[in-house]
Amino acid sequence: MKTAELVNLLATGEPAVQRHVAGRRYALAIGLGMVAAALLMKGLLGLRHDLGAALLLPMFWIKVGYVAGLVLASLLAVLRLSRPGSRLDWVTSALAAPILAMWALAALVLSDAGPGQRAELLLGQTWAVCPLLITLLSVPVFAGVTWAMRGLAPTRLRLAGAAAGLLSGSVGALVYCLHCPEMAAPFIGSWYLLGMLIPSVIGAVLGHRLLRW
Amino acid sequence: MDRMNASEDRLRQLLLQGLEGDAPAYHAFLMELSTHLRAFFRKRLNRLPDDVEDLVQEALLAIHNQRHTYAADQPLTAWIHAIAKYKLIDLLRRRASRDRLTDPIDDVMDILAYSDSEASEARRDVGKLLDQLPDRQRLPIVHTKLEGLSVSEAAQVTGMSESAIKVGVHRGMKALAKLIRGQT
Repeated sequence: MKTAELVNLLATGEPAVQRHVAGRRYALAIGLGMVAAALLMKGLLGLRHDLGAALLLPMFWIKVGYVAGLVLASLLAVLRLSRPGSRLDWVTSALAAPILAMWALAALVLSDAGPGQRAELLLGQTWAVCPLLITLLSVPVFAGVTWAMRGLAPTRLRLAGAAAGLLSGSVGALVYCLHCPEMAAPFIGSWYLLGMLIPSVIGAVLGHRLLRW
Repeated sequence: MDRMNASEDRLRQLLLQGLEGDAPAYHAFLMELSTHLRAFFRKRLNRLPDDVEDLVQEALLAIHNQRHTYAADQPLTAWIHAIAKYKLIDLLRRRASRDRLTDPIDDVMDILAYSDSEASEARRDVGKLLDQLPDRQRLPIVHTKLEGLSVSEAAQVTGMSESAIKVGVHRGMKALAKLIRGQT
């Protein structure tokens, strides 16, 4: 087939394209993925038993805000990386901001604490399982976001995979907040972050295989 | 520079009309785009001249299938350049010959600056690949896109529902792009 014939084929019989395809695909992927992650959390781990009381504590909402900030920033990164020729620009700073803010708070908390308390603030009770559980809860959203991205046009596949992984990791961490009893900034600034970075690294590694078009 | 801006503006207008369903505008967009793609690839595939036309066709189909990712507030040049570059690197990777890339590839403005309307023969026959698709995808494409029937006419001829025709065209074009990638 000659190129001119292919152009005829492509241009014939096409209705107007749907608008906001990216937004709808990601809304569906994140919505369903989050429900699946919540069911997984409830079934496997259960809600934290003092959730009602925790909802009244500022630190609970600081934790949620930190994770939600990363959800939003990584969603922006994912949307940009799904579109050819669009740059991350200030989104990189938006990704760094919640992390730096939590690290600043952690530094403050650690410097205020006595030497004997510091290990407890950093490791809490659950440091060994926290990153793995967040990774586990990220799986449904990871599957959804990968599906959504495959219907779009990422051209930097490694970076796009990393952003997709970070988005699913941060949504997984958001759900995990309802289970996790840890409230210390040093813990959240390290183990939560690690839990969100594991899916991100997996996404970067699998980017070429999963997202090629 | 002015000529390129004019080129960007005109092409962008044609694409936006095409996205609204204006077939002649979309046809004009793809025809002009193919000359820019050809010049861009020919310049960078010195040692693989036989691949140029195949890559032009692959990129056209990719741009068609992903055209919903173009946002009206975005420079068209950057969008096209990113896709052309992606497809070029993908081809070189398949050929395991990244070192053959001698010309710079990152100058975004380069893509609309040159055009080449002398198509050489494509080695791969998209028509033959079309024949490999299952009937539920092939027939909707043949009737609506090659024979120019409307969706309802194609539905009558094939006995399929109108939505099956639309879905068949859509999935068939994606499957065609996948066959093209798998072949080279």
